[in-house]
Amino acid sequence: MHLTDEESAMLAGEAGPARQWAIEHQMRVGRYFGAADFVGVSQAHVMADTESLGLAGVEWLERLSALPESERRVRIPTITDPRGTDFAAAARLKQQDWMLALERRAIAAFEALGVLMTDTCINYQTIMPPVLGEHLAYGDTGVVIYANSVLGARTNFEGGPSALAAGLTGRTPRYGFHLPKTRRATLLLRVEHTPRELHDWGALGGIVGRIAGDYWQVPALLGIDRIPTSDELKHFGSALASFGSVALFHMVGVTPEAEHAVDPSHAVTATIAEPDLRAFQASYRNCIDTVDVVVFSSPQLSLLELRDLAAMLDGRRATIPLLVVTSPQVKPDADRFGITSRIEAAGGLVLSGMCFYQSYAREMAEANGWQTLVTSSAKLVNILGGYGYRPALLSMQECVDAACSGRIA
Amino acid sequence: MIAFRAVAAMGERVRGRALVAKDGFSARYDLDRVKGVFSRPEHRLAGQSYVDRILVLDAAKGGVATAWMLHEMTTRGVMPAALVLNRVNPIMVQGAAFAAFTMISGFAVDITALVPNGALVEVDPSDPPCLRILATP
Repeated sequence: MHLTDEESAMLAGEAGPARQWAIEHQMRVGRYFGAADFVGVSQAHVMADTESLGLAGVEWLERLSALPESERRVRIPTITDPRGTDFAAAARLKQQDWMLALERRAIAAFEALGVLMTDTCINYQTIMPPVLGEHLAYGDTGVVIYANSVLGARTNFEGGPSALAAGLTGRTPRYGFHLPKTRRATLLLRVEHTPRELHDWGALGGIVGRIAGDYWQVPALLGIDRIPTSDELKHFGSALASFGSVALFHMVGVTPEAEHAVDPSHAVTATIAEPDLRAFQASYRNCIDTVDVVVFSSPQLSLLELRDLAAMLDGRRATIPLLVVTSPQVKPDADRFGITSRIEAAGGLVLSGMCFYQSYAREMAEANGWQTLVTSSAKLVNILGGYGYRPALLSMQECVDAACSGRIA
Repeated sequence: MIAFRAVAAMGERVRGRALVAKDGFSARYDLDRVKGVFSRPEHRLAGQSYVDRILVLDAAKGGVATAWMLHEMTTRGVMPAALVLNRVNPIMVQGAAFAAFTMISGFAVDITALVPNGALVEVDPSDPPCLRILATP
């Protein structure tokens, strides 16, 4: 890889061991993908829940955090994905003390590195939405696909160590979706039914993800007949990224690069109609009768999703645990507008700064006796099978009904 | 001995028994990392131990957590010996780089169709990188 004088100095250790590790790590990754050089990035977003980090990852962070301040501080705005707990609610979730202790150690280490503990996977709705053409080092697949596709920014999936490396060096290897040629559509799909509800958008994302099935595929969708909302694209993108490991999509008439990145003369690979969405949802729903827990999460809920949920819960009462997860940026507004109190008056628990599957989901299942779970998140149903749950994908209204009856209607 | 050249690789040269499936790989989605088994019920290797096996799979899947998890698995010793994939995503490469883990990817053929399950194989990341079948079961 071609290195500038500054990059060569980092590699030689002249900027300290943290930046030396970071650029060595980035060069190993860059060489694997044939990157010719680095590209400067303006933001980094680090996925680093302690279930993923483990004790070894936390100790590694602590070694970095013990370096002199000038050597350890990140050079660009660097923020975090959800944590593994909401400390205020950990006891109700039956999370154990060792989990909280590990989280506190990780937070202290990140803060010593100058990382802003935003604890959110919807930073594109709340913190600093990227702009067209902006190069980034984002983690969390849902964050990446939204930034690339809806906003036209440029980022690969950056795992926690690589996103932190980008924070330390201010750059990332120039490969993948930093290159214009990689951003062109590789398969064309026709949608005959524009989804109406969020779990339908998630189902569409899951179907497209299964068709694409590969990070290097860029699906383009024809036939969406209206401009979706940010929350709809959030659910579509996060499911597409989860089921397909896809980092970029185009939606003709909707997303900013579709006009130039999609060749409409390409043959259509598949057509997706409403029965396909229903079959996708039914494939999960068939497994469940009684329900142990209802979860709204993954991605964290926006203020408008919380408002809609509160309206559905007014005058009703949950009979089983009802968990509602949002970001630390949204939660204060939900409190201020009385949304949190309405949800909690119906028996729900509003959690902040965590994400269900990143919060020791297996241990929570064992401690609480949870096996069957319903959610409006297609991403969550895709993940939780491996954690021992039997999840079903329902609409928000159906999830509320299940929370109140303990059953799927 | 049969050898298959790959586009890219990293880590040390390793030998071991192959565990093969035409399926994806994600540490978060697919594994019970405490027990060292594939845990997602839909995975073709569900219930099987991955510990010390050379995993021969189709593509990297899932989210970004694998980048940390390979490192965490490595420090506990509950890990595969190496990963052999038709196609990788950046997360798998970043995770392997961070954990000093052996991985090879990018074959001219579908490698999951050509390596017998249980075969003794060698992953050689030197230039040019290749996968060798040393003995079949």
